[in-house]
Amino acid sequence: MATKKFMYLNRKASYGTVYAIESLEVVLIAAAFEQDVSLAFIDDGVYQIIEGQNTDSIGMKNFSKTYHALGDYDINKLYVSAESLEERGLTEDDLMPLVYEDEDDDWAEKPSVKVVSNAELSKIMSDQDVCLSF
Amino acid sequence: MADILGAEVDEEGFLVNLSDWTKEIAESMAKDDDIELSEEHWDVINFLRNYFEEYQIAPAVRVLTKAIGKQFGKEKGNSKYLYSLFPYGPGKQGCRFAGLPKPTGCI
Repeated sequence: MATKKFMYLNRKASYGTVYAIESLEVVLIAAAFEQDVSLAFIDDGVYQIIEGQNTDSIGMKNFSKTYHALGDYDINKLYVSAESLEERGLTEDDLMPLVYEDEDDDWAEKPSVKVVSNAELSKIMSDQDVCLSF
Repeated sequence: MADILGAEVDEEGFLVNLSDWTKEIAESMAKDDDIELSEEHWDVINFLRNYFEEYQIAPAVRVLTKAIGKQFGKEKGNSKYLYSLFPYGPGKQGCRFAGLPKPTGCI
């Protein structure tokens, strides 16, 4: 099977709608097909990977831990919109420190999250074969 | 609805409530599949439970194989070894014994 470049765009916050968890499930399933997968977090989507999420008072499963598993699935390109962070008063330090182990570099832990401008992001998007928006 | 030692299971034999899990339930499920759980089985079952606790998902077989090899030695990090322990699939059967839901993406 030829490898295609898939990008999953995440635009909504984690809870309140099913978009975030559905996107994450699709990403994990797609990972089994060994495609080139990247994720983008735009608008309220940046809240999906914010550190210190607590769902106790809304009675929902806190699935934010699952983003830490993405590295195991060879998903290590997580682009975050710099503008979206700034509009919400957030910085890169508010995000979960998501990492992957680089097989070609003696399993060194490397960061998966990359904050990019919207201009850079649109360039990355135009380079994809498939973009799926959630 | 079917049950194992009083714990409710779904039509495929997976626990409905993850908190119902006990070692005895795992042993009983294994016995129904004609398997006696060895230390090697428990290594995998405990690994699956810890993985779920940490990431809130059951790992895909590819991820499980790699991680088992890393933790328990290269000779165990292959699907032949894992299938010798869990003939119906380390993901599907292993996760069932471990009291976890069916792995995401597992058909």
